[in-house]
Amino acid sequence: MEITRRRLLVLLPAAAVAWKYVQAGTPEASPNYKLTEHWWSMLIDIPKCIGCGSCVRACAEENDVPDGYYRTWIERYHVADWKIERPEVESPNGGIQGFPPHAEEGGKNFFVPKLCNHCADSPCTQVCPVGATFISPDGVVLVDKNYCLGCRYCVQACPYGCRFLNPKTNTAEKCTLCYHRITKGLTTACCEVCPTGARQLADLKNPKDPIHEFLRTHTVQVLKPHMATGAKVFYNGMDGSVR
Amino acid sequence: MAIPVEGFMYPNEVELQWSILIVLYPFITGLVAGAFILASLERVFRVQAVKPTYRLALLTALSFLLVAPLPLQLHLGHPERSLEMYLTPHRSSAMAMFGFVYLWYLMGVLLLEIWLDYRSEIVELSRSTSGWKRLIYRVLTLGSNNVSERSLRIDDKLGYFITLLGIPSAFLLHGYVGFIFGSIKANPWWSSPLMPIVFVFSAMVSGIATVMLLYMLTTRLRGQQIDMRCLDKIAQYLLYTFVIDFSLEMLDLLQRIYEADESFRSLDFMVHSRLWISQVVVQILLGTVTPIALLGLMQVLKLTDAARKRVYTLAGCLTVMGIFAMRWNVVIGGQLFSKSFLGYTTYKMGFATREGLLPAIILMILPFFILWFLVKLLPPWHESASLSDSGAAAVHGTS
Amino acid sequence: MRKFGRRCAGTGGAWDTHLFKDIEHLIRLAGVIAIALVAFVILRAAVVPRSFGEYGHYRGAAIGELSSRPIAFAGHEACEACHSDVVDQKKLGKHVVVACEACHGAQAKHVEDPGSVQPVKLDTAVVCARCHEANAAKPKNFPQVVTADHSGGIACDTCHQPHRPKIEEEKAETGNSATKGKK
Repeated sequence: MEITRRRLLVLLPAAAVAWKYVQAGTPEASPNYKLTEHWWSMLIDIPKCIGCGSCVRACAEENDVPDGYYRTWIERYHVADWKIERPEVESPNGGIQGFPPHAEEGGKNFFVPKLCNHCADSPCTQVCPVGATFISPDGVVLVDKNYCLGCRYCVQACPYGCRFLNPKTNTAEKCTLCYHRITKGLTTACCEVCPTGARQLADLKNPKDPIHEFLRTHTVQVLKPHMATGAKVFYNGMDGSVR
Repeated sequence: MAIPVEGFMYPNEVELQWSILIVLYPFITGLVAGAFILASLERVFRVQAVKPTYRLALLTALSFLLVAPLPLQLHLGHPERSLEMYLTPHRSSAMAMFGFVYLWYLMGVLLLEIWLDYRSEIVELSRSTSGWKRLIYRVLTLGSNNVSERSLRIDDKLGYFITLLGIPSAFLLHGYVGFIFGSIKANPWWSSPLMPIVFVFSAMVSGIATVMLLYMLTTRLRGQQIDMRCLDKIAQYLLYTFVIDFSLEMLDLLQRIYEADESFRSLDFMVHSRLWISQVVVQILLGTVTPIALLGLMQVLKLTDAARKRVYTLAGCLTVMGIFAMRWNVVIGGQLFSKSFLGYTTYKMGFATREGLLPAIILMILPFFILWFLVKLLPPWHESASLSDSGAAAVHGTS
Repeated sequence: MRKFGRRCAGTGGAWDTHLFKDIEHLIRLAGVIAIALVAFVILRAAVVPRSFGEYGHYRGAAIGELSSRPIAFAGHEACEACHSDVVDQKKLGKHVVVACEACHGAQAKHVEDPGSVQPVKLDTAVVCARCHEANAAKPKNFPQVVTADHSGGIACDTCHQPHRPKIEEEKAETGNSATKGKK
């Protein structure tokens, strides 16, 4: 598209409108956001995931995630016939560059994106000795990196392996559900770039959110339900072999 | 940094979070609890035979308790924020509550008991010494020089009460460490209601063995005769405690093997491969079965004093090594397998790094330096007094 | 900590002072402990952050800090506000559901200053393959090719228009390829 001076004069007000979407600020600067009006969750539609790795890359860029650590990652499953308890799983660099091509190998093959489940009864917030990790009033499990001791008790307590210690800040870190985006009406970076809509942000307190209908009409699961963590990331079409 | 991974691990699990320093920590607090229980055998249960080790056991417990927070500080990402645990403790966190249990045990039990027991000597030493030593003793008297008979009797009664309170406190101290691990439902190697109990009994075993070894060593260094009645009694208590500890651990193992739940196949493979040497060879065979057999034999066979001393030394050393291996197997073992039960990683221990082998060795040697200093400051023995001497010595349980 | 006292029979009224003397060291100890407790309370009041406990057992100010991070991905609505021609093109094809930044990367800086910050030209051989390279684990109904057989590794936009990828539709409608006369 060629930008002439004339076009720019027309586009600038449009840009200002666009910039509204990327404005940084405190909740006070977004006065329409009320903490108690939201209860955030996510929906992952497994039959739609193509393992492109866009979500992993976008998350790393949006959140300055250090190399070798993952706030979100993708696992590739190969389930041979009836061996549902012994799948073959791989996640090369978390799937950040996608997956190497595999020849057709029979059995069942699919991708599973993983991230923090933002558990309502999270074991990680239970064990934090100082209150550096917590669940916000709008349902997002967060880490206060200015208060965290770096003891890694929360990393041990998470059943899903979604936490790590950031070697630069020496504090615990994990997916924040792009808190700085969702509090401004944007969606998370991973949901934004997912080309097939396999990942979708959902607000359980919003009666108009499509997730309510979806949960009613589809077979969904959460990861490791026997842990009773109150996980809020729902997986549609998830196979029993998924660990 | 390439860490060799077998099978599949969640990407963030590959690097171990809790290092050898976190292995040291339950080991050290275990020695504290065990040494204290041995001391309380004399004071509360009136087991006269172990009297010669009473004060030594208390000082040993103190030396190790002072070192206990150091591996944690080295491990923390932000040690300068560690005060937060006392300022804003999260009541649902076992780790936060443990900070207070530690503080209570250090201040309310151990320091108080040592102070009450030594007070008459402290007052005397504040008069008889000079220089910086005199200053220390004067501070320790808290400005009160009253050592009348009644005040000493009050001290003794209070000391008895503190020791009585100290026994459950010692169980709480190390049982809590067990709970810190045992309450983590995410980790099947740790999650067990038996964990606090197993930790307490293995702590008692390691503490009793350490005091036994230290008693033998310090007595030899002082050129004195080892009280064999005392030594035999300690070895007997070590045996009893060890049998209970071993039974508990075997019970846990047998139940796991029989129930064979989701995690079992993965854990079983881990024990057979990565933990074979540290668990089966070092902890179980060399560190538990052998000492129990040796100590058991001593109850049955009638060997000479010299032979028994050698056997006790060997059994004691193997025991301490075995309990260290147990802590290693719990902490490191719990992180070697994936929570997906589909893979294993490797522990890469550095040497001269912040959480490496060298700091661990230094931290293990440090308590002995502190003990040496404490023994100089607050001598556990009166060289002139004989074993059956009465008077002030009998009241305070020294030899 | 309890203090023990004993009545000394036969010493009359003087036993009070004697008792006090005999437990003097314990009273001093109690004093030391009291001072330590007061010091702790004062320290706590001074050091614990003001916003701690505002919403729960954590620093309330953390919520504000975490929500004021700068944004890297502008979101497709920001792109669409200016690039309406691309929007129209995408509407006609399957890539209508694909966000702009899924291929073009984070563009918040470009939205902030469109004149001086320009998106990088993409290498379609790399970008397209991430989604469309054949893989047994991809859903069967998802368009995927083995690029070696399909194109021999040349840039995908040699034949396909990325914003409206299906070739046949393009030719049928306009009679010419969208890639004709490409820069």
